[in-house]
Amino acid sequence: MSANPAVQTSRAPGAAFILKKALVSAFVALVLFSLMIGVRTEAGPQGQLVYWTRFGDLAAMVGAVFGGSIIIELLRQWWGPVDTVKVVPASVQRGLSLAGRLLPPVLLVFTFLVPVLFYNERYILDLAILVLTYVMLGWGLNVVVGLAGLLDLGYVAFYAVGAYSYALLATNFGLSFWICLPLAGILAAFWGVLLGFPVLRLRGDYLAIVTLAFGEIIRLVLINWQSLTGGPNGVTGIPRPTLFGIPLSPADDGLAALLGIEFSPTHRIVFLFYIILALALLTNWVTIRLRRLPIGRAWEALREDEVACRALGINTTTTKLTAFATGAMFGGFAGAFFATRQGFISPESFTFHESALVLAIVVLGGMGSQLGVALAALTMIGGFELFRGLDQYRMLVFGMAMVLLMIWRPRGLIGHRAPTVFLKHSQAISSDLVKEGHG
Amino acid sequence: MSGNPILGVDRLSMRFGGIVAVNDLTFNAERRKITALIGPNGAGKTTVFNCITGFYKPTSGAMRLTHEDGRAIQLERLNDFRISKLAKVARTFQNIRLFPGMTALENLMVAQHNALMRASGLTFLGLIGAPSWRNAELAAIDLARTWLDRVGLLDRADDAAGNLPYGDQRRLEIARAMCTQPALLCLDEPAAGLNARESAALSELLLSIRAEHGTSILLIEHDMSVVMQISDHVVVMDHGVKIAEGTPREIRDDPKVIAAYLGADEEEAIAVMESGT
Amino acid sequence: MDYFAQQLINGLVLGSIYGLIAIGYTMVYGIVGMINFAHGDIFMIGGFIALITFLILVSFGLTAIPLILLVVLLVSMAITALYGWTVERIAYRPLRHSFRLAPMLSAIGMSFVLTNYSQVAQGARVKPVPPIITGGYTLHEGAEGFVVQLSNIQIIVVVTTVVLLALFTWLVSSTRLGRDMRACEQDQTMASLLGVDVDRTISMTFVIGAALAAVAGMMYLLYYGLVDFFMGFVAGIKAFTAAVLGGIGSLPGAMLGGLLIGLIETLWSAYFSVEYKDVAAFSILIVVLIFLPTGLLGRPEVEKV
Repeated sequence: MSANPAVQTSRAPGAAFILKKALVSAFVALVLFSLMIGVRTEAGPQGQLVYWTRFGDLAAMVGAVFGGSIIIELLRQWWGPVDTVKVVPASVQRGLSLAGRLLPPVLLVFTFLVPVLFYNERYILDLAILVLTYVMLGWGLNVVVGLAGLLDLGYVAFYAVGAYSYALLATNFGLSFWICLPLAGILAAFWGVLLGFPVLRLRGDYLAIVTLAFGEIIRLVLINWQSLTGGPNGVTGIPRPTLFGIPLSPADDGLAALLGIEFSPTHRIVFLFYIILALALLTNWVTIRLRRLPIGRAWEALREDEVACRALGINTTTTKLTAFATGAMFGGFAGAFFATRQGFISPESFTFHESALVLAIVVLGGMGSQLGVALAALTMIGGFELFRGLDQYRMLVFGMAMVLLMIWRPRGLIGHRAPTVFLKHSQAISSDLVKEGHG
Repeated sequence: MSGNPILGVDRLSMRFGGIVAVNDLTFNAERRKITALIGPNGAGKTTVFNCITGFYKPTSGAMRLTHEDGRAIQLERLNDFRISKLAKVARTFQNIRLFPGMTALENLMVAQHNALMRASGLTFLGLIGAPSWRNAELAAIDLARTWLDRVGLLDRADDAAGNLPYGDQRRLEIARAMCTQPALLCLDEPAAGLNARESAALSELLLSIRAEHGTSILLIEHDMSVVMQISDHVVVMDHGVKIAEGTPREIRDDPKVIAAYLGADEEEAIAVMESGT
Repeated sequence: MDYFAQQLINGLVLGSIYGLIAIGYTMVYGIVGMINFAHGDIFMIGGFIALITFLILVSFGLTAIPLILLVVLLVSMAITALYGWTVERIAYRPLRHSFRLAPMLSAIGMSFVLTNYSQVAQGARVKPVPPIITGGYTLHEGAEGFVVQLSNIQIIVVVTTVVLLALFTWLVSSTRLGRDMRACEQDQTMASLLGVDVDRTISMTFVIGAALAAVAGMMYLLYYGLVDFFMGFVAGIKAFTAAVLGGIGSLPGAMLGGLLIGLIETLWSAYFSVEYKDVAAFSILIVVLIFLPTGLLGRPEVEKV
């Protein structure tokens, strides 16, 4: 036997193989879609259900799966087997690492210039603020999930606590944004510790469900405690932030009037943009600092091996609690910003959906990487906006993108870990070695 | 045995459900000495370690750790991290437990957590970059560098711990334990998986740790050449009870020990009888 | 007392539905160690398919209710099982040996896909059906005129659940597939070395879990008389809570957790407030986990040092 048949077949599956595979896929699709797409139900005029058939749509879908299956199979052959190791030439690697080093400053400068470049494009400014909010949320959750390795599916709870703290303090007591901002962070951190206590002993998926339950509890309480939170109607008339007490309004004591320029609503958007940018950068700076402090190293060590941490005299309880509190605090800041930017909040903004989205940003970013999280937030939120025109298909496409991105890059866009201290030279640590934590 | 024990284990028992892993064990570990705990597989040695280092709460019995200044600590009353933090007992693990995704240097920095936590003013001084913190950090890096040098890993300081060869990982784990500046160092099979040359280097390292730092060492070991060569005192366990103790020479000639090993595993018995000559 | 007895019945029926969904979570968790976030949506799809099959059969002029129910059950189980299989094949199998969070996010993504797929395919409005099974028995007539009733549909839900559980227990304990599943749960590598087709076993786990969820979906449709594209989320979270409460990985635990959640919810609504019933369920979960970190019937995790 000269040729190895196994290798041959795997290298060049013939047309028959591809066709067979596509036919099987099409058949599966036919069964799957037969009733869900082939038949459409709707409540009729008298409330009774009626249905009609859509065989054309069904045929189109099955055809699409058949064609798609062939295309995917051809692409796979063209691409080669998935698990082959591709050797990247040293020059390309050097180029990539240089680009990697240059990217953050370039990105930062560009971000600073966004309001200048897009001053007249309100839509882009709004989108930029949204992206930055998620960058900040991602960086905040990154402390808990990426560094400490604790899985938190209820991060949105802290976002909600921050938002409602500001909204209620401002509307009930007339406190200004700048006083409420730290308060919102502290309150959220407090709730983080409160959540932290019961979950200290839990691991993995138990932790996941408890954090998820916690997020739901907070949301349900916000919906039902009508006297305090306004229930599903939310809180309206949340004051806008001021610049050292000067409102950015068309009034006589407004900033525009004081500067003697013509008022424009864009001023406020730009102001909000720089607030969230500053908050996000603060989050980033603190996180980078913390990583190089004993507390941050203890977080990462906790992710790597909790038993070894205890053997080294690290109090894992306080270490976990500080991680929860720090992450929650950033979430609280972001929440307060969200409230002041919207001027209106309701429990609808704080669903599990948001938690999942922020978690997706952290994981897609490559757990622990600050740059990765920023890029992932840009990709996810920006991409989501791109599909705005798709209307009701938007979440469908979004879900598919999430699945595909995970399959494409399970360890995220930037999978390396940068050491926090080095003797001679800092070398990135491959993601294969970095543990994901068990919490 | 004469009188300056760092660790006194008194009538220690540990039961898991109906299984008695350690039964009424009493022994002392002398200060600045190397005490070895040996015995066939399943004798309960690691359980003893887990009790001493607080991972298990013993069913009954006491463990008293006496510091050089006379301060005594009952280990059974402390739990997990406090034993390392307050009683200054450090340990390594049978199946190496490094932080694989962190560099060798970072591993040693994590070991100095408690000292650095104080120096960083519970993080706040560190966050603003106070000079006192910077000095403390430099000192910590220096200590780490010293230990990396001692275990011959200075060149690999910036490599991920998980990337190091097995023998290096074992030595790094010892260095990491030493960075907590322990009074008592507990090593769980430090020579497991090492070749003869590496075992010899390990023996030398342990002897030098004892000589230069005055650290008392308690070790579990199957490699009889290491045990016979470096230990001052040997405690032999079988089925959860102590069956013998004494100098390596006494142990080697003790018929009870030989019988225990013969009952368990012929090869190990031969190793006991032939080693250390 | 009568009021309490009535609530107990209602709670047990709701709990049976949760239990059926929870088994799917627990099986998948036991064998691949991941939370199948899309499982709640599989339940929803099951409900939709049952609804559509029912409509078609009725429009064909079928009137024999037992026959309709049987056909609906079989069709819904078969098609939903295929959904379960497809989800595993597309979203989880490529990530089988990957980093733990990747399959979880892929599952969350899949859940979004299924929710919005049925919204797009069937519209966002709630789909009501007229009561299909009516009638019941009066168990006890109280002094104040309060009646404890056991409706036929409640009987059907409980009986179906019990029968399926018996069938399922037999499947896991006495068939070759069940043995393979338990082997994969212990050690996939070893199982494959001993000739167990791991891929096939895992696929079958998803298929069975989805089929049970389809039954739950159909029961939900019969009991509440409506389905909508969003019902998978809440029911999924509740069932997952049930699985964790009972001790994830444990099959009796899933059923026990399901019943408990059903009872807590019903009794809380009856005696305290409807608004906070979910808060009560989640709070009890948290409290239980504080004292029993691996749930009621879960194996305690032994920390190997």
